[in-house]
Amino acid sequence: MGSPEPLLVASGISKHFGGVAALADVSLEVRGGEVHCVVGENGSGKSTLIKVISGVISPDAGAITVGDQSFTHLTPRQAISLGIEVIFQDFSVFPNLTVAENIAMATYIAEGRRTVVPQALRNIAAEALSEIGVRLDLEARAEDLSVADKQLTAICRALAQDARVIFMDEPTTALTWREVDALFHVVESLKERGVALVFVSHKIEEVLRISQRITVLRNGVVTVTGDVADFDRAAIVRAMTGRSIADSSPSPSVHEDVPPLLEVQGLCLKGYFKDISFSVRPGEILGVTGLLGSGRTEIAEALFGVTPPDQGGVSVEGKSVPLRSIRDAMAAGIGYVPGDRLTQGVFLDQSIARNIIAGSIQRLVGRLNLLRRSAADETVTSSAAELRIKMPSPEAPVSSLSGGNQQRVVLAKWLARNPHVLILNSPTVGVDVGSKHEILEMLRAKSREGMGIIVISDDVPELVAVCHRVLVVRQGRITDELVGDRLTEEVILKELAA
Amino acid sequence: MSRLSSTLRRPPLARLRGGNNEGVLVLLIAMLSVAVGLVTPSFWSLGTVLNVSTNSLTNLVFAMGVLIVIISGGIDVSFAAIGIFAGYAVIVLANKTGFGAPAAWVGFGIAAVIGLGLGMLNAAAIAGLRLPTLIVTLGTQGIIRGALLFYIGSKVIPNYPPGLDQLSTNYLVTAQGAAAQGAGVTRLSVLIIPAILICVLVSLLLRYTVVGRGIYAIGGDAESARRTGFPVVGIQVIIYALAGVLAGIAGMMHVTQVRLANPYELVGDELDVIAAVVLGGASIFGGKGSVAGTVLGVVLIALIKSSLILLGVPSSWQRAAVGLLLLIGVTAQALSAGGPRRRVDLLAESAP
Repeated sequence: MGSPEPLLVASGISKHFGGVAALADVSLEVRGGEVHCVVGENGSGKSTLIKVISGVISPDAGAITVGDQSFTHLTPRQAISLGIEVIFQDFSVFPNLTVAENIAMATYIAEGRRTVVPQALRNIAAEALSEIGVRLDLEARAEDLSVADKQLTAICRALAQDARVIFMDEPTTALTWREVDALFHVVESLKERGVALVFVSHKIEEVLRISQRITVLRNGVVTVTGDVADFDRAAIVRAMTGRSIADSSPSPSVHEDVPPLLEVQGLCLKGYFKDISFSVRPGEILGVTGLLGSGRTEIAEALFGVTPPDQGGVSVEGKSVPLRSIRDAMAAGIGYVPGDRLTQGVFLDQSIARNIIAGSIQRLVGRLNLLRRSAADETVTSSAAELRIKMPSPEAPVSSLSGGNQQRVVLAKWLARNPHVLILNSPTVGVDVGSKHEILEMLRAKSREGMGIIVISDDVPELVAVCHRVLVVRQGRITDELVGDRLTEEVILKELAA
Repeated sequence: MSRLSSTLRRPPLARLRGGNNEGVLVLLIAMLSVAVGLVTPSFWSLGTVLNVSTNSLTNLVFAMGVLIVIISGGIDVSFAAIGIFAGYAVIVLANKTGFGAPAAWVGFGIAAVIGLGLGMLNAAAIAGLRLPTLIVTLGTQGIIRGALLFYIGSKVIPNYPPGLDQLSTNYLVTAQGAAAQGAGVTRLSVLIIPAILICVLVSLLLRYTVVGRGIYAIGGDAESARRTGFPVVGIQVIIYALAGVLAGIAGMMHVTQVRLANPYELVGDELDVIAAVVLGGASIFGGKGSVAGTVLGVVLIALIKSSLILLGVPSSWQRAAVGLLLLIGVTAQALSAGGPRRRVDLLAESAP
């Protein structure tokens, strides 16, 4: 399948930032009608490679060949005119413009037009949509679309510009399962049209499912490239991380006879969830799963006082806790690591050190309420060591870290408070395999110390690997509790699809 | 394998409301008119219409410039300083050198060029150096006003060159026994025609040109605009240059209308214009706004101010009222932008 002639060849690409080699002699060959996956951990050079090929940055060495034209570097305009399109993680969609405008404006600009004819815009958009057999309301504003529909809008924008090679950066991160299926249908139809797709991803299951060829990057070097048939999960993980990672190690067992640490009784929030009752024992890791929009995030936010519940009671260590505000929850020893770490979890521009101590500053002040420097430094050093945060210096801004390390900073901030109960929402989304493994190990270690942990996730292998029990949430209610023999990937998948 | 569109067509009620709450503003203006008219029946007269139109005229042109800036995600507080600088300088120039004295349109042309020059000052700092718009325009406001009083003049000038003098008394409609000011005659200046023309042109620019859509795109997401290929820097230069031109013309209109060139005027009255644009639905977060909404916003502010006079409210309260309206407008925007959190329809998620 696919044409034998490659559409795009990048060969011998190198790029240095300061003294660090982001890419060293990297080559990539993309063929029409194929999905080529570029996989690698955060910081392995995937993003740099996209930027070089799309003309955003110039490589130090190497060549990019499209058809029979060869370039030492490209400009963004050149790349687009050669049919190379990148769909970034944020889709670069204008929230305030209509779907038609989002799809067709880039074409308009590329053609150097000055005036806008709304009907012509709609025609361009409608044509692009019909190419992939998708219907969207052309007059809807993009901000009213679901994430999946925004992504389709971005794909259509690329098609409207006659894209021949489409790069997609982490295309499935924000999608629900059903939306991923729909996306893969679209990808199939693009393949039939001879378009080449390059998925940049670190979700191995999806890589195996959708791609024909794989290139694995590690530390800016291609470790392996070839047909997908030659790989299995373990081989990819080894190529990405340079080591073998055991899929699961059992979490320590929980004593049944200890009184529960957290007890939730009949929690209700009108329009979101109803009759939520469960308990967490010391040292227990409880999973909560459900589709996006099932109410799983709202339950977590209610327990942390973000959106106080209408009814129901919560007690920690037998003492009833009012949950009117985040302060109440924190005072009761509840911690919450939100799902969207970039907007809710860290102060991106502040230093790593400040982020780590931000949550526990009350216990680090001495007389006169002044910060005790030594205590703060000590907290930062021990947290960084415990969580193995790879950082240039504690004074560097969090934004300079990779996704996995940013997530560790968020964890460090909460662990420095030493909460009784820690709630984590999708703790490993956007985190590479190696960091994921370490984050899960760290949760096991904390549970061994007696912390109660609630993990909200739809990452099924992760739930099975780390949780003692899993609650299934559907339409705002707990519909099942999986424990023991029933705590398997198959059962959870069936519950989610039901 | 076609998918159903996730967003349905807007229900009729939402269409009536308009993309930027224009419908709500029309309703508000109607309710206010009825209410004031019930208290003071003389409010319902042609005089009120003419009075409100006359009072809205210059603000309307200022508001077009501010609208463009706000849609692009910025804010401009220098327009009033640019306006009075241009208007006053034209009068001084004509009186001293006779340049532009006979024909009013030459005066407006010079005012537009001065506005363009001062607008480019904003453009250079904002588009060129990427400085924050509020601080830049606050700075240029001070510079422009200082330069006006120091270099051009600080006296009130009652003598106008013949062309502008003639224009200032050229009325389109005249009504007897107008209610608003108690007695006499209310007139509508012929300047309303260029003001409306400017609104139409700005509306066409925003809707039907790539630059106009680019202004919305930059306000929606500047980084995406860059990636999509919009010439972001070029569009920003156009935005602030155009805002300067419009401010120059509006300043000239004001100076013509009041028939007394006072360099201390306008600066300090920015509140009315910004409040009108924000009430007219332009989002202070950028990316949204319409000419129709802005026109309604300007009319609403003028209507409220003249109603307050009519109801005998001390004029010092007018500014407080407009300030309150601005806060209400911004609050309404913040509420509709941030929350209420999108409701999850729990029953919608059913089996495939």
